[in-house]
Amino acid sequence: MSDLFTIIGGGVCGLAMAAELSSRGAHVMVIDPKGAPGDHACSWWAGGMLAPDCEGVSAEPEIVRQGGKAASWWESHGGIVHHAGTIVVALNRDQSDLATFARRAPTATSLSKTQIAEHEPHLAERFSKALFLADEGHLDPRATLTALHARLDQKGVRFGGDIKGQVIDCRGLAARDTLTDLRGVKGEMLVVRCPDVTLSRPVRLLHPRFPLYIVPRGDDVFMLGATQIETSERGRATLRSVMELMNAAYALHPAFGEAELLEIGVDARPAFPDNQPRIRRIGDVIYANGLFRHGFLLAPALAQMTADLLLKGKIPEVWYEDHRER
Amino acid sequence: MPTFYGTEVTSRLMLGTAQYPSPAILAEAFRLSGAGIATVSVRREAGGDQTGQDFWALIRDLGVAVLPNTAGCYSAREAVTTAQMARELFDTNWIKLEVIGHADTLQPDLFGLVEAAAQLAEDGFEVFPYCTEDLVLCERLVEIGCKVLMPWGAPIGTGLGLNNIYGLRSLRAHFPDIPLVVDAGLGLPSHAAQAMEMGYDAVLLNTAVAKAGNPVAMARAFALAVEAGALAAGADPMDARDMAAPSTPVFGKAIL
Repeated sequence: MSDLFTIIGGGVCGLAMAAELSSRGAHVMVIDPKGAPGDHACSWWAGGMLAPDCEGVSAEPEIVRQGGKAASWWESHGGIVHHAGTIVVALNRDQSDLATFARRAPTATSLSKTQIAEHEPHLAERFSKALFLADEGHLDPRATLTALHARLDQKGVRFGGDIKGQVIDCRGLAARDTLTDLRGVKGEMLVVRCPDVTLSRPVRLLHPRFPLYIVPRGDDVFMLGATQIETSERGRATLRSVMELMNAAYALHPAFGEAELLEIGVDARPAFPDNQPRIRRIGDVIYANGLFRHGFLLAPALAQMTADLLLKGKIPEVWYEDHRER
Repeated sequence: MPTFYGTEVTSRLMLGTAQYPSPAILAEAFRLSGAGIATVSVRREAGGDQTGQDFWALIRDLGVAVLPNTAGCYSAREAVTTAQMARELFDTNWIKLEVIGHADTLQPDLFGLVEAAAQLAEDGFEVFPYCTEDLVLCERLVEIGCKVLMPWGAPIGTGLGLNNIYGLRSLRAHFPDIPLVVDAGLGLPSHAAQAMEMGYDAVLLNTAVAKAGNPVAMARAFALAVEAGALAAGADPMDARDMAAPSTPVFGKAIL
């Protein structure tokens, strides 16, 4: 096995891959069309929630397990993870959704109005029941990617150049030219400034059609996300989607009605049919892809598994062989 | 098995394709339930340049009849345009016509429904109207040319089951020869069995399966319930009575 790697794609998948391989002593080069992290990567638009237990309500158990390692991985690679947990609420008429969520998220504990007030005073103005997932965390995706890029640069990872050694394709949805079963799942998000609301942790508002999460970014800035639409379209946020997100935020706390709209973001998440990531080889190239809505949660595990494969010959759990090609 | 616009389907269970944890689980739910028709929405997924085709390809790969729908349309005009797009995408004249009247409850706009159904029928579409159990509305839809009716059991996504048994029974009695499908509002397999016992031809549901903790198992449960209910309907069920009826005479007791 070569210890010289060229990673194609500098989003969360590619940078995590570069960090993992270089921390194990490999020589790594990253090729990305724009060089530095930016809005051309779908992880730029991510929520940055490290919330395996919440995700486990609708995702496979493997995702919960592999995502459990994410927070410590990011911290050991210079990331700043806020360990404040997640709060989950539902409007009065959607309380049955809260009951279902509680049943399917075994680590969730119930909060009374007084307990909500201790965690999030502004939320207690609106909700008398909530769920708390204490072990979850969150990070700021853009700050994290930018810092990781700088850190890798300092450590001698090269950005740009001629392809050498083993190629690892981490291009996300762009790899659809080769990975024919990769599809896009469109997500729209908003960034707002709202000095009237203070939140210290991600809050999820359950709703049968318009679920919302709000992640505090500090300085009165919040990220509101995200729609999930079965289309590979990477642009064109629609008025309906934006309105639904705003409406949900307004329902969470009417003070969001006075928020300043800073940004409307849209991109498509790369996903395989089972919505789980895969590592596979086609020809001489290794492909690591399909992080779906779990970029920051699963990129560390995907990078570790890929490094184990390339440096130790260990077949990854998410190794994929296309049986149709045999 | 019911025949919709001259096509006999393979199952009385019809499933929607939204909200599953993943397309892989969706496919498995179809495989294990044997559902005969997949409904699929095209309005939001179409994107600017039909970028939803990855997902639609997965739906086509299910190997069942595809019934595109106009979910998310709030006016007759929007629904007609969406139906025309769906016809091109899926190469079918079938269209499940939904015109939503209320964004919050997703209650159908019955006036818009009649308007859109008339236009689509004239344009050669085979319309499956998502409607209520209102008899006058249903008569109007049949006059226009609808040869299937899809009254709701309860509002979309509520899982309440059959809210108006009387209305659904009247509809069945009034339209003995029109295929009737209970669409929307089912939460449990027993609701589906009940619809079939009442002589309905099929049921269509989505949330009850997609949002179950185990969608594949729930799809199978609905399939069994639909089969049980249909068998029962064909087996001439006994009529209920107020008094317990002993099967052997009771000696020495007065007849009360």
